[in-house]
Amino acid sequence: MDLFEYQGKQYFAKFGIPVSAGDVAHTVDEAVAIAERVGYPVVVKAQVQVGGRGKAGGIKLANTKDEVQTHATNILGMDIKGHVVRRVWVECASDIEEEYYASFTLDRAAKQHLLMLSAQGGVDIEEVAAKDPTAIVKLHVNPIVGIDVATAKTAAADARIPSKAQAGVADILVKLYECFVKGDCDLAEINPLILKPTGEVHALDAKVSLDGNALFRHPEWEAFRATEELDDRERLAREKDLQYIGLDGSVGIIANGAGLAMSTLDVVNQVGGKAANFLDIGGGANAELMTSALEVINSDTNVKSIFINIFGGITRGEEVAKGIVEALRRVELRAPIVIRLDGTNADQGRSILSEAGIPSSKLMSKPTMLEAARAAVDIANGKVG
Amino acid sequence: MAIFVNENTKVIVQGLTGGQGKFHGLRNRAYGTKVVAGVTPGKGGQDVEGIPVFDGVADAVKATGANASFVAVPPKAAPAAILEAAAAGVGFVVCITEGIPAQDEARVYSTLKRDYPSTRLLGPNCPGIISPGRCNIGITAGEIAHEPTPGGKNVGIVSRSGTLTYQALFELKQQGIGVTTCVGIGGDPVPGTSFVDCLAEFQNDPETSAILMIGEIGGSAEEEAAEFIRANVTKPMSAYIAGVTAPAGKKMGHAGAIVSGGKGTAQGKMDALRAAGVKVGANPTEAGQLMAQIIASLG
Repeated sequence: MDLFEYQGKQYFAKFGIPVSAGDVAHTVDEAVAIAERVGYPVVVKAQVQVGGRGKAGGIKLANTKDEVQTHATNILGMDIKGHVVRRVWVECASDIEEEYYASFTLDRAAKQHLLMLSAQGGVDIEEVAAKDPTAIVKLHVNPIVGIDVATAKTAAADARIPSKAQAGVADILVKLYECFVKGDCDLAEINPLILKPTGEVHALDAKVSLDGNALFRHPEWEAFRATEELDDRERLAREKDLQYIGLDGSVGIIANGAGLAMSTLDVVNQVGGKAANFLDIGGGANAELMTSALEVINSDTNVKSIFINIFGGITRGEEVAKGIVEALRRVELRAPIVIRLDGTNADQGRSILSEAGIPSSKLMSKPTMLEAARAAVDIANGKVG
Repeated sequence: MAIFVNENTKVIVQGLTGGQGKFHGLRNRAYGTKVVAGVTPGKGGQDVEGIPVFDGVADAVKATGANASFVAVPPKAAPAAILEAAAAGVGFVVCITEGIPAQDEARVYSTLKRDYPSTRLLGPNCPGIISPGRCNIGITAGEIAHEPTPGGKNVGIVSRSGTLTYQALFELKQQGIGVTTCVGIGGDPVPGTSFVDCLAEFQNDPETSAILMIGEIGGSAEEEAAEFIRANVTKPMSAYIAGVTAPAGKKMGHAGAIVSGGKGTAQGKMDALRAAGVKVGANPTEAGQLMAQIIASLG
């Protein structure tokens, strides 16, 4: 789960990481009130989860109340690369002497935490990495050891951050690491991390991605979930507790298991179709789950055919078949189903489906994944049916 | 022969009195696995259909001589359960639990490395391991696995995905090809056992003639496997990688399956494996057919 900048800054602040005084505004009036409270000049920043806000005109400096009004009016509702701005963050403008970069992530290959630190911040770190890899210090941190101030200071020196800023940077690194670990982040990134003329170091931006698996120990994350930018299909899927990702094709997909679902997308693509979604129905493909899944697929107006791809391991074919028959009684579908049912008790499952008396214009069964994909894609592309 | 588990493996089930633990633990026993004990704190002295339950892993090991554990407890309790098994001297721990926070997985992995280097963890969030006809730990339906043919050409399977593992087992069974061991390493960011660990074992297993590998997008485990194959694996291999069409930045169900920063793409992984001499199929069926051709060519 990715956080907006304002949420990231609020999250940082809980771990003692210095951020500019500011608040989030949903309206122009709120933006003005915040500016009046924190004092001018202020920066008005569009809250969207996409890069290039500044270039798109989504970040503006305001010296007066009128300027805040003008900028907030322009920015709220603005479309930045397909993302509509619903909130702005208004904060005290900072004088910047230097810009650095700092982040913690998990290095999956090394199975350790990874600190990345650079004296060249404020720009895309991947560009820095491409142009001058030596400008980025990469330090592995053992998850059961952690990072102390001395190690962080050495890293700052190695990154050629000037000595006057090293103590401030090291202090923030230790706090950022605590935020990363205790805050259950997949990514905790500050870019830019700034040095002010006064000698203080602080976080001017915040990019935080949270590990959804840790939701059970962070009840406060519910507020973040409420602002997640989901489309209607994804919101319905979340309500039904399904692993769903909306895509833009016309073949609706239901499969059991993440790997098989991904594979189903691939096979549909191989035979010339495009998937409308990724949907992993999991191990228990019963009537309840199948109904929910079909409801979500059915809410997608682009869907022209539905490909149900089930491989029964623990899941038994006859149970899946019964689930589908029952689900078809409950939901009126916009598109025909092509099913491939294989694995444990698949024969029984297929006979249940054929004996249910469902017309082939609504449900057809194919023996292999590839044949089923072809049939579903043909229907979606208007070649048959 | 087989890798990691065989007919001599004695298994305890941590969480045997819970829904998942009971269902799969009993299925594993019905398959022929030596399930010797269960562990549930506070329920020591009870039994589940004749399997004695203990309060702690150490007690269970002492009483039964178990050398493997099947962890089937919820995400909150799983990290401590894994470490408890390691501390009790269990050498092979299979954790099927889905939804463990990545920070906990990283801590468990590093703790095992430092304090219990002789314990191997498989998973978390994996289907488990089956050496057909000998031992089945986890959620794999044993009946879809073909037993190895004595003196014949048999295949080892290693996979990051559960259902695709079953698919692979099923396809080989259709072709009448025996399987020595099928290992599901799991789809999480910090798996205890990697492709490389399994490939090294299969390479050294005299009963395994060829290896089928199933990977997916995200991370660099397949690329590391390709490096290892190039340098160390002489047995023929086929492979399949799921997620060619997965959009960047979206987690595809598995916590580990995400293409980020242009890294971890299916194409990159397939290219790396092909360059290492592996025959790569465009879908799981094709990977199974390629394996059938390999076996046929071995005579």
